[in-house]
Amino acid sequence: MAFYVVQFLTGLASAASLFLVASGLSIIFGVTRIVNFAHGAFYMIGAYIAFTLTDRFSGAFGFWGGIVMAALAVALIGLLVEMVLLRRIYHVPELFQLLATFGLTLMVQDLVVLIWGPDDLVGRRAPGFKGAVDFFGQAIPSYDLFLIVLGPVVLGVLWLLFQRTRWGVLVRAATQDRDMVAALGVNQKWLFTSVFAVGVFLAALGGALQIPRDAVHHAMDLRIIVEVFVVVVIGGLGSIVGAFVAAVLVSELNAFGILIFPKISIILVFLVMAVVLIVRPWGLFGKPEAAARRTPGLTVNPWRPLTQNERLAALAGLIVAATLPLFAGNYALTVASEIAIFVIFAVSLHFLMAVGGLASFGHAAYFGLGTYGIAFLAKMAGLPMIVCLLLGPLMGLAGAAVFGFFAVQLSGVYFAMLTLAFAQIVWSIAFQWVSVTGGDNGILGLWPEKWAASPSHFYWLALGVAALVTIALRIAVFSPFGYALRATRDSLLRSEAIGINAKRMQWTAFVIAGTTAGVGGALFAYLKGSVFPDNLGISLSVDALVMVLLGGVETVSGAVIGAIVYKALNIWLVSQTDLSKLVLGGFIVLIVVVFPKGIVGTLEMLLQRKRSVSPPGSTLLAKPIESAE
Amino acid sequence: MRSRNTFVGAAFALLVGGMAQSVMAQEIKIGEINSYSLLPAFTEPYRKGWQLAVEEINAAGGINGKKLVVVSKDDSGKPADAQTAANELVSSEGVAMLAGTFLSNIGLAVSDFANQKKVFFLAAEPLTDAITWSKGNKYTFRLRPSNYMQAAMLVEAASKLPAKRWATIAPNYEYGQSAVAVFKKLMSEKRPDIQWVDEQWPPQGKIDAGPVVQAVAAANPEAILNVTFGADLVKLVREGNTRGLFKDRSVVSFLTGEPEYLDPLKEETPEGWIVTGYPWYSIKTPEHDAFLKAYQAKYNDYPRLGSIVGYQTIKSAAAILAKANSTDPEKLIAAAEGLSVPSPLGEITFRKIDHQSTLGAFVGKTALKDGKGVMVDSAYKKGADYLPSDAEVEKMRPKD
Repeated sequence: MAFYVVQFLTGLASAASLFLVASGLSIIFGVTRIVNFAHGAFYMIGAYIAFTLTDRFSGAFGFWGGIVMAALAVALIGLLVEMVLLRRIYHVPELFQLLATFGLTLMVQDLVVLIWGPDDLVGRRAPGFKGAVDFFGQAIPSYDLFLIVLGPVVLGVLWLLFQRTRWGVLVRAATQDRDMVAALGVNQKWLFTSVFAVGVFLAALGGALQIPRDAVHHAMDLRIIVEVFVVVVIGGLGSIVGAFVAAVLVSELNAFGILIFPKISIILVFLVMAVVLIVRPWGLFGKPEAAARRTPGLTVNPWRPLTQNERLAALAGLIVAATLPLFAGNYALTVASEIAIFVIFAVSLHFLMAVGGLASFGHAAYFGLGTYGIAFLAKMAGLPMIVCLLLGPLMGLAGAAVFGFFAVQLSGVYFAMLTLAFAQIVWSIAFQWVSVTGGDNGILGLWPEKWAASPSHFYWLALGVAALVTIALRIAVFSPFGYALRATRDSLLRSEAIGINAKRMQWTAFVIAGTTAGVGGALFAYLKGSVFPDNLGISLSVDALVMVLLGGVETVSGAVIGAIVYKALNIWLVSQTDLSKLVLGGFIVLIVVVFPKGIVGTLEMLLQRKRSVSPPGSTLLAKPIESAE
Repeated sequence: MRSRNTFVGAAFALLVGGMAQSVMAQEIKIGEINSYSLLPAFTEPYRKGWQLAVEEINAAGGINGKKLVVVSKDDSGKPADAQTAANELVSSEGVAMLAGTFLSNIGLAVSDFANQKKVFFLAAEPLTDAITWSKGNKYTFRLRPSNYMQAAMLVEAASKLPAKRWATIAPNYEYGQSAVAVFKKLMSEKRPDIQWVDEQWPPQGKIDAGPVVQAVAAANPEAILNVTFGADLVKLVREGNTRGLFKDRSVVSFLTGEPEYLDPLKEETPEGWIVTGYPWYSIKTPEHDAFLKAYQAKYNDYPRLGSIVGYQTIKSAAAILAKANSTDPEKLIAAAEGLSVPSPLGEITFRKIDHQSTLGAFVGKTALKDGKGVMVDSAYKKGADYLPSDAEVEKMRPKD
């Protein structure tokens, strides 16, 4: 019995650390709607600075003072980030802020190694909480008890802050209805800045408090960020109590789950999230999001098919691309093939995001299913390459059909997180089912047949498929189906009122996007000659998101440019420098500031402006558009 | 006038071109790939090691008079990126062979690439048994003692322990799984009386150490096998120390004696664990002294195991290139098979049968000295003594 009590307390201690970080993320998201990918980075910096401070200043005062100082210092950094970077981009399409914070995260990962060195750092133990307390023969670390108390205390302080102060009232009001708060004359700028700083403070505090039990290293951020997102979503976005309950739920399930299934940890949080979201689409304590008040017609230039001249230009571009094998070497051709494949992957996600208005955080699942489809068909069934290429993407289709059915029942970030959960479940199956998938050692020896083996032939194949896919998806955008889908994106209520079956439209779009991603995956398997669970992983899903956002989510085919720029730059930087993350992250942050609508989106806007300058009538029209933003 | 200028220009171009070509001919390039950005703690000392080797080789006249150049690329910890890098090295840089890699899946990806493109590949770090056995190919050689070899070395010591009830803690991926599987198999062969009472599989890099330690303690084992390393190991050790998990229990642990993993533990270092590792401070052989002196003189830092691996990878590669006196992959394979080369840990041989080198490892016990973790009572175990019989190897390895 004593054992179960102690295991329960241990779970509570884990929950407390998780809650500290999750609460900060929840507050930030609730008010600013920023999906703060850099939250893990702030957590990590908190731990690093706390390590330095507690190492320098001895004694109990040095330790606890160091922890608090570290959290304050990081909050200050957060303040600067918000004022210098995020303030510039609140008005741009949702999720674009994700791109900015992703760029920051990349930079921080390299910066901490530059500043603190590559070795794992082990901080000192907390004075007064070094040992363990005996509980009927079971030892409970006293620091765990401290954390168990701290969790509810922080929860209580936050509750008081939100319920009993004017600031808290404003924050709650903004969480519920941002536009109304603005309309009532509240200075949103400072509200957002302060909320962001408080959220970052909590993240850094969570990180700093880990130093007596963890090692401080440069991958801490990735270790926690996804888990924290999951906790926030299970609890319900913007709900602090929800975050607390979710943290306890996840930690306890893990603590007791490993007694029965020792391998459960790897997937547990995602299973819990999938179940919770299917049963309660807004998390345990969340409320349905109020219908957005945006009027898309004002912020988006109406889409139109390419004009005759633009078609000719695109064709010319394609022809130029097709002549690459005449002058480029084998390496350049292989890189170009990889870029073409990522164009396929990016446009498939773009279709879902831009046309369907559904941002998937787990799109790599369908890409990866395509690669595994090839691996199974070619290795186990021994089918010829052309048959594999035709059938392999069906794995992506099947996955998208099943998961898409559940996912489209949700919307917004909940949709995104459910797709992430599904992707992680698929990933862990590939990772765990060693006898079939080879686990993380993957499946090797999937090289293309002779007719496609030479780099130039494979490049033409990849380029041709990429062009076909892009054209096909553009045709779909301007088909009746595309119009109906855009209607569901712009106004769910109105589209349903005119008789569009929104869920079916979105499901169809999901399946189309998943299958297309599978096509990209199928080619990728042949390009690399091997298949690994990485092909289903979070980082690939994030890459796809970044490509789409970089191109511009309000464009018809911006993802093509986004994929080319991001992938080419990434490959080039990784080849040139060990600090590729620092440079790439800096570049992304710069792009966010310079091209706030994505590369293609901003260029289109500039062109539009140029055009509208000449006929005086349209300038009038252009101006209200600006101010409406 | 004009035609004469053209003529001079053409002659100059020819001259420059010719010179460039002759410089090219006097260089031999090795393409090196590793996870520099993902695992800097391991790859920084590794890089220092191979840079020292390059310097020494060129100071001694290069490879048959040609200058050795190592072109190094980062793989950002992803198999797909490693293949892009391998492709660049082979297609654009024109390297004579590939070397390096740390993670097992990346090693396998590059080895598959080498097999497909018919390029010689010397894997430095990956521990997976598959790379030389079940997924072995004729173009791939491996330097470090494999999972199997390290398990066999540990089993030799572990089987002498009185403990009968064993529990295992290993990261939940191929490395952890195969380490546990081999250890269990070899251990049960030697000690049929042993019971396996619990196993814990925390996700790599994400151990929730408290519950794991509690769960293991609840099974009340007499001995524990640990395969976690890096930050996971730190968390496990700290929780285990606080909760008294290691008190009166024997612990056998993979890799924990390597400075990369032992040094961060500082005063938390648990005492008396049986580990594999690299006690650079207590190795007293002329080969190692020479290496240690050169390394410390160049970097003003002590070597980690990664330094040895990096150093020996390039030294071995150079010996293979020198013996083959050619960059033809078939000739390189012929030169490498059965080749013996000196190393800071004594002479090693690349076996013809499975392309595994006989580099060994140190087995010893952890101890705490002046607030730092060290390995004591350590002995070097030669790799050749801890490999399965040739018949077994042949059964596992696919025919070329």
